[in-house]
Amino acid sequence: MVGLLDLVSKTMTTPHPLDRYLELVRPTLTRRSMRAEITHVRRSAVGSVTLTLKPGRQWSGHIAGQYIQIGVVIDGVRHTRCYSPVNADTRRDRHIELTIKAHPHGLVSNHLHENAIPGMVVDLEPAAGVFHLPQPRPERIVLISGGSGITPVLSMLRTLANEGYRGEILFLHYNRSPEYVPHRQELEAIAMQHGNVRVEFRYPETQRHANFGYDELEALAPWFPSAQTYLCGPPGLMAAVRTVYEAEQLGDRLHSEEFTLATAVVNPEDAEGKLTFSGSGVVAENSGETLLEQAESAGLSPEYGCRMGICFTCTAVKRSGCTRNLRTGELDSDPDQPIQLCISAPVGDVDIAI
Amino acid sequence: MAILTETTEGPLVLSVEQVEEIGRELDALRARITEDLGAGDREYIYNVIRAQRGFEIAGRGLLYLGFLPPFWLAGVAALSISKILDNMEIGHNVMHGQWDWMREPTLNSRVFEWDTVCPGDQWRHSHNYMHHTYTNILDMDRDIGYGILRVDEAQSWNVLRLGNPLYAFILMVAFEWGVMGHDLEVENIVRGKKSWSEIKTLVKGQMRKAGRQVLKDYVVFPALTGPLFLSTLTANFTANIVRNLWTFSIIFCGHFPTGVQTFTQEECAEETQGEWYVRQMLGSANIKGSKLFHIMSGNLSHQIEHHLFPDLPANRYPEIAPEVKALCEKHGLPYNTGRFAKQIGSVWGKLFKLALPPFLVKNSQQAGVIVMRRVQPTTASPKEVGV
Ligand code: FES
Repeated sequence: MVGLLDLVSKTMTTPHPLDRYLELVRPTLTRRSMRAEITHVRRSAVGSVTLTLKPGRQWSGHIAGQYIQIGVVIDGVRHTRCYSPVNADTRRDRHIELTIKAHPHGLVSNHLHENAIPGMVVDLEPAAGVFHLPQPRPERIVLISGGSGITPVLSMLRTLANEGYRGEILFLHYNRSPEYVPHRQELEAIAMQHGNVRVEFRYPETQRHANFGYDELEALAPWFPSAQTYLCGPPGLMAAVRTVYEAEQLGDRLHSEEFTLATAVVNPEDAEGKLTFSGSGVVAENSGETLLEQAESAGLSPEYGCRMGICFTCTAVKRSGCTRNLRTGELDSDPDQPIQLCISAPVGDVDIAI
Repeated sequence: MAILTETTEGPLVLSVEQVEEIGRELDALRARITEDLGAGDREYIYNVIRAQRGFEIAGRGLLYLGFLPPFWLAGVAALSISKILDNMEIGHNVMHGQWDWMREPTLNSRVFEWDTVCPGDQWRHSHNYMHHTYTNILDMDRDIGYGILRVDEAQSWNVLRLGNPLYAFILMVAFEWGVMGHDLEVENIVRGKKSWSEIKTLVKGQMRKAGRQVLKDYVVFPALTGPLFLSTLTANFTANIVRNLWTFSIIFCGHFPTGVQTFTQEECAEETQGEWYVRQMLGSANIKGSKLFHIMSGNLSHQIEHHLFPDLPANRYPEIAPEVKALCEKHGLPYNTGRFAKQIGSVWGKLFKLALPPFLVKNSQQAGVIVMRRVQPTTASPKEVGV
């Protein structure tokens, strides 16, 4: 069957892939491009939205803690973002549940928070990331999260609860106030049903002494030195937890996922940061010139044509960071975007795949 | 830069300030459209794609009844329309990066392929880069005659030029193959300016792309109609030819009617953005027509607007054309346009005229548009600057 479809694609629909015909019938009918349809939208906690996605046949599931990339069209432009599914990674259930917090500058998160409705279709990439539970499971587990960093560790907790994990679990979550905690009732229910699971919420903005510290951890889980700890949250929390674990020489038992907020608004005139050409392993200081010029002064020879933005010969993929289009002044901080090197300048740290 | 163009009231002098103002106004126009792009434009290109796919499927389907002449004809028509839309309003424009702003991986200029024998990447080099950067500069823009035609008086005459209209006719019928061979620069190989080894990879790419196209139109689809093999094959062949005639005609109307100017390399050295814009306007020509006509020509009927802003979505050209025209009028610049019959007639007239030795044909009466240039502090004597 697959062989036959490939043959069709190579002979009958050439030069366009078969998917470009199938998607006109139904966007999720595609064979190679993976898409997912939103089936349920719930706005439970303040400022977040929970989406249930039904992925295409190609979806092979995620491992609790991993993230996926989705693509959403906003005002004609496709934007991609990474989110960690919050559901258990049980393979039989093929849905994906995403809980997305609307950040003040988050274009995609705000859009989904306001406009997501059942029937909407998004692009989907296979799950990725090394922040996940090992097999076999550790004997004791500490899960620490802050804000929307809850998503990967929530998936871990649900997975462990589903498989009837017997070891001890501490789930410690920091947030602004109870209304902001997504899936709070469900977390409490898991704690009620499973004697080995302790779920704790802390609200440092309103509670005294609620910040993370050694004493707190010791009081909640005196066994923590013999556990594996999984951590995801804003930089302050990450630093506080790391300090404690390093002081205890438990650094190798602490696993963490960087938690990236929507890119901060930057001053485009500042020529700061590091330019990384990850395809060739070259790193340079940002000089403020165009990416093409900077690549050349760093000894690389990327392809180019007109050097004035009209021929698109110099297009390369920006892996991460923010760039400014010198013709339009537009800033672009989306990851993995093709950009024209000859008319783009880096703003802060930027990684280009050449 | 001295630019010669036909004006009735003698030479027109564009001051440095005027050229700068033209540049500023066009930059502002561009910024305004870029800012405004959105969901509606996305709708537009996907509607065109849906229509193209619809015509293609209809055409392939109709040919199962190709033994009945009306169905054969309808099949040819549907396939021709499909191929024209695919090449013009979709392929040409997508590969210009006009839709890159949508960040749609499948409509990105780097990866897009079109339904013709020329591989997309080679066309992006010969067309997007060479032609659009060095538009109408003699010995730089290879679209001036495609290495085989005499389309400008500045190109030298020899006895082989007598075949000019014939060469043009052959190029027209086999246009997709001509476009494919464009990046090879065959005449440069013949003259020894380019070596065979340089073109090896190009040829490989061409064989791969053309092979698939030929297999599809002349083997697979004919075979799928069984006993109608020959009928389907001739239908597909005809559709390809119809597309060739059409694309050749539209493209030649864009640069070769009377009144369109060419430039020398010295005139264009160290050009400013404003001077670049002026050259694009004087080197291109439009065709008047209905909305449908513009869509079927990939909006290359708005060649002037396309050359000013090759990466702006083509569906916006009709909307900015009146503004570009008004800008030209304001500065006394010609805005070369006319109905299809007039423009194509003028193209063929030129192809015949330039076949003849220069002493037989009168030099076309030309008055000058003189573009004053600012003295470049780095590039030597003021004598070279301006005319
Ligand atoms: S080199 Fe032509 S667009 Fe960058």
